Amino acid sequence: MISFRLNGKDVSVDAPEEADLLYVLLNDLKVNGSKLGCGRAQCGSCTVLLDGEAIRSCVTPTKAAEGLEVTTLEGLTTDGRPSRLQQAFIDEQAAQCGYCTAGIIMEAHALLERNPHPTDADVRSALQGNLCRCGTHNRVVRAVLRAANEA
Amino acid sequence: MAHQFRLNRRDLIRAGGFLTLSFGIAGNLSHAPAAEALKLAGDLEDTPLLSAWIRIGADETVTLMIGKVELGQGAVTAVAQVCADELDIDLKRLRMISGDTALVPNEGVTAGSQSMPNCASAVQQAAAEVRHILMELAAEKLKAPIASLTVEDGTLRGEGETKITYWELVTGRELERKATGKVKPKDVADYKYIGTSVPRLDIPAIMTGQALYIQEQRPDGMVHGAVVRPPTYKAKLKKVDTSKVEKMPGVLKVVRNGSFLGIIANRQDQAYDASSALAKDAEWDVEDDLPGDEGIFDWLRSAPMRDEEIINETAGTQHAPARVLEATYERPYQMHASIGPSAAIATLADDGMLTIQTHSQSVFETAKAIARMLGLDPAKVRCQHIPGSGCYGHNLADDAAADAALLAVEMPGKPVRVQYTRPQEHKWEPYGSAMVVKTRVGVDDSGNVLTWNLELWSTPHGTRPDGEPGNLLSARYLAKPFEMPVPENGGPPNYAADRNAIALYDFPAQRVVTHFISEMPLRVSSTRSLGAYANVFAIESTMDDLAHAAGADPVEYRLRFLKDERARDVLRSAAQKFGWEQWSKAEGRGRGIGFARYKNFAAMTAVAVEIEVNRKNGRIRLIRVVAADDSGQTINPDGIANQIEGGVIQSLSWTLKEEVRFDKTGVLSEDWKSYSYPILTFEEVPPIDVVLIDRPGEPFLGTGEAAQGPTAAALGNAVFDATGVRFRRIPFTPKRILAGLKA
Repeated sequence: MISFRLNGKDVSVDAPEEADLLYVLLNDLKVNGSKLGCGRAQCGSCTVLLDGEAIRSCVTPTKAAEGLEVTTLEGLTTDGRPSRLQQAFIDEQAAQCGYCTAGIIMEAHALLERNPHPTDADVRSALQGNLCRCGTHNRVVRAVLRAANEA
Repeated sequence: MAHQFRLNRRDLIRAGGFLTLSFGIAGNLSHAPAAEALKLAGDLEDTPLLSAWIRIGADETVTLMIGKVELGQGAVTAVAQVCADELDIDLKRLRMISGDTALVPNEGVTAGSQSMPNCASAVQQAAAEVRHILMELAAEKLKAPIASLTVEDGTLRGEGETKITYWELVTGRELERKATGKVKPKDVADYKYIGTSVPRLDIPAIMTGQALYIQEQRPDGMVHGAVVRPPTYKAKLKKVDTSKVEKMPGVLKVVRNGSFLGIIANRQDQAYDASSALAKDAEWDVEDDLPGDEGIFDWLRSAPMRDEEIINETAGTQHAPARVLEATYERPYQMHASIGPSAAIATLADDGMLTIQTHSQSVFETAKAIARMLGLDPAKVRCQHIPGSGCYGHNLADDAAADAALLAVEMPGKPVRVQYTRPQEHKWEPYGSAMVVKTRVGVDDSGNVLTWNLELWSTPHGTRPDGEPGNLLSARYLAKPFEMPVPENGGPPNYAADRNAIALYDFPAQRVVTHFISEMPLRVSSTRSLGAYANVFAIESTMDDLAHAAGADPVEYRLRFLKDERARDVLRSAAQKFGWEQWSKAEGRGRGIGFARYKNFAAMTAVAVEIEVNRKNGRIRLIRVVAADDSGQTINPDGIANQIEGGVIQSLSWTLKEEVRFDKTGVLSEDWKSYSYPILTFEEVPPIDVVLIDRPGEPFLGTGEAAQGPTAAALGNAVFDATGVRFRRIPFTPKRILAGLKA
């Protein structure tokens, strides 16, 4: 049994210790905000926050989360309402298929926590490890800057 | 492919300017004289029954059922806008059902930038006819002439206080009527939603993590499947020891059927662990007869091929050319490279019904192919479209559906979810075909084109399921294998390998020859824009060379031969927004422009690019991009802008970085690493300005693939402008740039 906090709630999960966090989140705990993209920490689709730090859940053993706080895309909402960053992504229509977007929002959230007023270049640098195939990069950068400006 | 040809015919009609929507007559249809059947709009021609598209609910909602699906391109929102406008209802009342073979009209494949021309047009006509029927019914109930009625959000008002609603009027089979083609859609001026950037209906769910994708569906009792692919395309399984894997944690079943190997396990991670272990315990006979990524272009020029002259117009030839320019362009195999590996969930129910949730673009034809693969009655196989990661053409979506089905029949009653691994997605998807394109152009003393010749060499661009099990990857490895049908090239007007091979320019003489090779060293199928990417790259690079040789400005030179006024507007708009005339060259910088009308009848797009070349390391920095687009009547401006931006970025990525690596045995590109299959990243993406030219009242033209070719050419032309060296082989890697600069 592995126990941690998930999006503000205590959870215990009976999963193999060596199972990567991604699969436990996606299948055992039934959250949607972490996606399988590569399983090799190359694309960022699986990004979640572990005690506030953006990590790649596809290569993080679940036991590494023991006793810590895990936040996924769902965890940024309040009573189902989108956070300022999520709302900025909605306002900028910053997606096409949206598969990579969850990981991008988590990475951007971590950026804004450590640098509330990033430049365009700061945002691109922070998201350099997140791949998007639809080509929504510029919309994404606009959304992050909009959230920062509205803060 | 048969279905695509049917779609083509209609596009031809539209391209010829016969707009079916304009035949409408006013007045009470029930008293109209019997007339010969009119041509119906888009896919309404195949499914004319109005109730197959639109349902009016007692709960004051309207349900629209469409065969086209959401792939992240915003099509479902755009079609909803058209329906709400034409029916005069608030968009919030509209429920959309798309891509469920049990519920929606068969609209074939969601591909080829055809959702707006074929689905949106059909919905527009269907909604206009439904509205008219409702007005007739209301006129009778309210005892008022139709012309006196007004409609607002489903409520019809007559004289005085009289009113009645859609939900009161439809109580039974009122809409079980065929479309007539005689009702005229609204005037452009009366649109409320069409032409506005209505936010995508699915975006809030994407941003807040609501279960949306196939990868997040978790039906009760679901188990996880995984497959073991052979080490190479034609490998045969010699022997496999399944005993160890069967004892691994969570493994429920190991499936072997010929050379197909699958795992069913309790957990997704256990399924992957077991499939990795099983791959190690399997022995294969392996072939080694591939040409490799360096040998593929010679192979294309020498493989058995079928030659077809697709155009030969020599009527305008008057003089012998003063000079002849010749050049050869090469495009490697390139991936769809979806960010999420393909997935599907299949369940065989007690009643023998096999239900497959899939992100396929072709739910109907894939269901049929799977039924035939499994020997099931096609009526017993149902595909439901659920969104997945963006696909950009025919990727492994259909194969995932087939593999989930192959495993589900081994474990009746259990939903089986299959999601491929990253290496499986990279190595087994059907790529965009490698191509060679050669141009040979005769010019007069002033450098103007007299004779234009283009030849292209390509393997197929369409191997979609099309109801044939042999087009499903795993079906070829079963104990009783299915042969893959020999793919055909696509004919006019869409074409496939030769899409956009005929230049839109008005040359005195033009000849185009397609060398179609049906053999496939690497698996290939439809990849965003098919052959248009390479053909437009070749045509527009050649135009740039010709302008340079003539000492002419590249924009002005193109305008000499581009006669269509709308096309000219698009080219001029891109140049103007870019600041083409005022631009002055800085050290290392270059600019380039490219233009095409997709398929020569869909959206018109021009792209201008500014770049900088680092002569020391061969790296190209993308400075900025301007694109101009005319997609006919604009339904959703931001949706079009998003498609153009995305297309530009994807094409820049293809052209700068992407090439499938393979040796004589198999594919080597298995992930996103720089030596494997890198794609463009956030820091490399330039700012992109999109200029939209709206054409109210003109037909909807598809946009999704329009930017691919012009972008590649604009980039190549900018590199030429910066360096004086012409690069004709894609991608423009630093290594090739350095080699070119030294040569």
